[in-house]
Amino acid sequence: MVVAILFIILGFIVIRGFSVISWKFLTTMPEDGMTKGGILPAIVGTLSLVAGSMIFAFPIGVLSGIYINEYLTDSWLKRFMRNMTNNLAGVPSIVFGLFGMTLFVNTLKFGDSILAGSLTLGLMVLPVIIRTTEEALKSVDDSLRHGSYALGATKLQTIRRVVLPIAYPNIITGVILSISRVSGETAPILFTVAAYFLPKLPTSIFDQVMALPYHLYVLTTSGLNPEASRPMAYGTALVLIAIVLFVNLLANGLRRYFGKKVKMN
Amino acid sequence: MKRIRKYIERITEGILFSSSLVTSLTVLFIIIFLFREGIGLFSSKPVDKNYTIAVNSTNPINQLSSQQIKEIFNQQTKNWKTFGGRNDSIKLFTLDEVGKIYTDEQLGPDFQNLPKIVDEYIIANPGIIAFFPSNYFPTNFHGKTIHIKNIGIAEFLFGKEWFPTSEPVAEFGVLPLILGTLWVSIGAILLALPIGLITAIYLAEVAGPRFRNFLKPVIELLAGIPSVVYGFFGLVVLVPLIQKTFNLAVGETALAGSIILGIMALPTIITISEDAIRTTPRSLKEASLALGATRLQTLLRVIIPYARSGITAACILGIGRAVGETMAVLMVTGNASVMPHSFLQPVRTIPATIAAELGESQFEGTHFKALFALGIILFLMTMGFNFLVELSKSRKKI
Repeated sequence: MVVAILFIILGFIVIRGFSVISWKFLTTMPEDGMTKGGILPAIVGTLSLVAGSMIFAFPIGVLSGIYINEYLTDSWLKRFMRNMTNNLAGVPSIVFGLFGMTLFVNTLKFGDSILAGSLTLGLMVLPVIIRTTEEALKSVDDSLRHGSYALGATKLQTIRRVVLPIAYPNIITGVILSISRVSGETAPILFTVAAYFLPKLPTSIFDQVMALPYHLYVLTTSGLNPEASRPMAYGTALVLIAIVLFVNLLANGLRRYFGKKVKMN
Repeated sequence: MKRIRKYIERITEGILFSSSLVTSLTVLFIIIFLFREGIGLFSSKPVDKNYTIAVNSTNPINQLSSQQIKEIFNQQTKNWKTFGGRNDSIKLFTLDEVGKIYTDEQLGPDFQNLPKIVDEYIIANPGIIAFFPSNYFPTNFHGKTIHIKNIGIAEFLFGKEWFPTSEPVAEFGVLPLILGTLWVSIGAILLALPIGLITAIYLAEVAGPRFRNFLKPVIELLAGIPSVVYGFFGLVVLVPLIQKTFNLAVGETALAGSIILGIMALPTIITISEDAIRTTPRSLKEASLALGATRLQTLLRVIIPYARSGITAACILGIGRAVGETMAVLMVTGNASVMPHSFLQPVRTIPATIAAELGESQFEGTHFKALFALGIILFLMTMGFNFLVELSKSRKKI
């Protein structure tokens, strides 16, 4: 049943969208009230948002994961930080949108920009990265840490030379999964970066961009002529799904690859 | 050398600590910013501040609530006595009426005579209530402006009408939105729970490792599909289907929202309940089987009761997710802000309202603040669900 649902959805979009996809569709600007042309600016926009949010969220997420798991002993602080991470993970995406708009767009005066959107999306996936990092570190056997200490290594050396190399593949898997989440989210970027129709490529981080998920939303509900832009919508949906699928498969492949490697050792 | 190394250790610890503070700070900032904007709603008035409501200076009434103003302008209340005034019928005076009573010539170019006309008209009619843009406010005004009560918290929470842009008074009653949200989310769980639970049981107890290795990534993938894509699928496939099946005028209904949200909640429910079922101690299962219970009996009498708290947690978490979901719901539920009565009606949820209206609302205006107040409600609701999840998890330990 579950498999059937997935394949119905995927199959439907792939079949309808496949005929639309062409080199031209992927590499040109939208034309004629978005009923013709391509979706290049939306693809570029989504990619720049992914890059921007990862530059911000990856270091902070991994560092705080390390801190929570390696430095904090079972104390109220650890519980508090875990709770806060959980709370942040539970905040609905539209609330992130509201928050991003007041903080980044209005208070810090970034305007509707890649910067504001990336920061909002970055904060949103931060809990995902922190949690996977924590899980990855937790799965490292304590005996390895004790061994390292016994050899006279400091805590920092132990983490850098012993713990991280083992936990690293799992951390990367988590990061990759959060990329798929970032590329699909619409609500947080509605008010922080997304442009309704902007047929040019961004030149700085203070530019507005189009993004694939928002573009799909616009095409289906509020385009000038929703019926005429249907094919475009199918194409956009397919590209979006393809990105998410690819990223997921990549994460799965990595997990399997490294899983085998660890077993062999 | 040793000291330098110690310094480095200290500094790294500091960096690590500060980055782990980011999450806590973000939660704090979210609360601060939401409340800063949202609380402003309760010190603002339901009437656009660019408009004035005025009465004749002899009218004893100084203050009206938004409900009273609404009744007056809908002509439900026709006498001042109802609101404790004189026994005098209420006469409405709006810009529409002005056009009927006065000619364009009398109004002059750009309505430059309007302030004078307003003033004269208010003096001439003791039962008048006038609603006009404040920039036509007469310089030497002989009437009396009505003081309008601020929007109250009760009015906001229990009001049954959400018409944020109506004139003369905007209405910010969130009850239909809250109910719409819960309605759609709970419907989603009712649909998703049986399927999810069966899948989880199958995965944990019946399926062989090969099938599980195939199904797990599929479920992950289902969780990874962006919500707009679900919304799009719902709009082009599900909505017409529902419209045809039930012979409705519009297919965008609460049911469509529930089905889509149900599909989206499936991965959460499956993963968490599977974990819960898996943690059932082997000894319990084997004891039950040894007593001659069949597999089904063991499942129903031993495993499910044991995993109940985990399954409850999965349910609540699923509802929590569904409550906050924006795009898919926005696209398939039709967004009519009415009190929900049936699943075959359009409804409107809180996130969808924010997403649809924030772009149109005037920055820092009353409507804008009302949407942030909605954000607060949504935030509190999801926090509440999270708390319930923690509660149901901790009960297990006892």
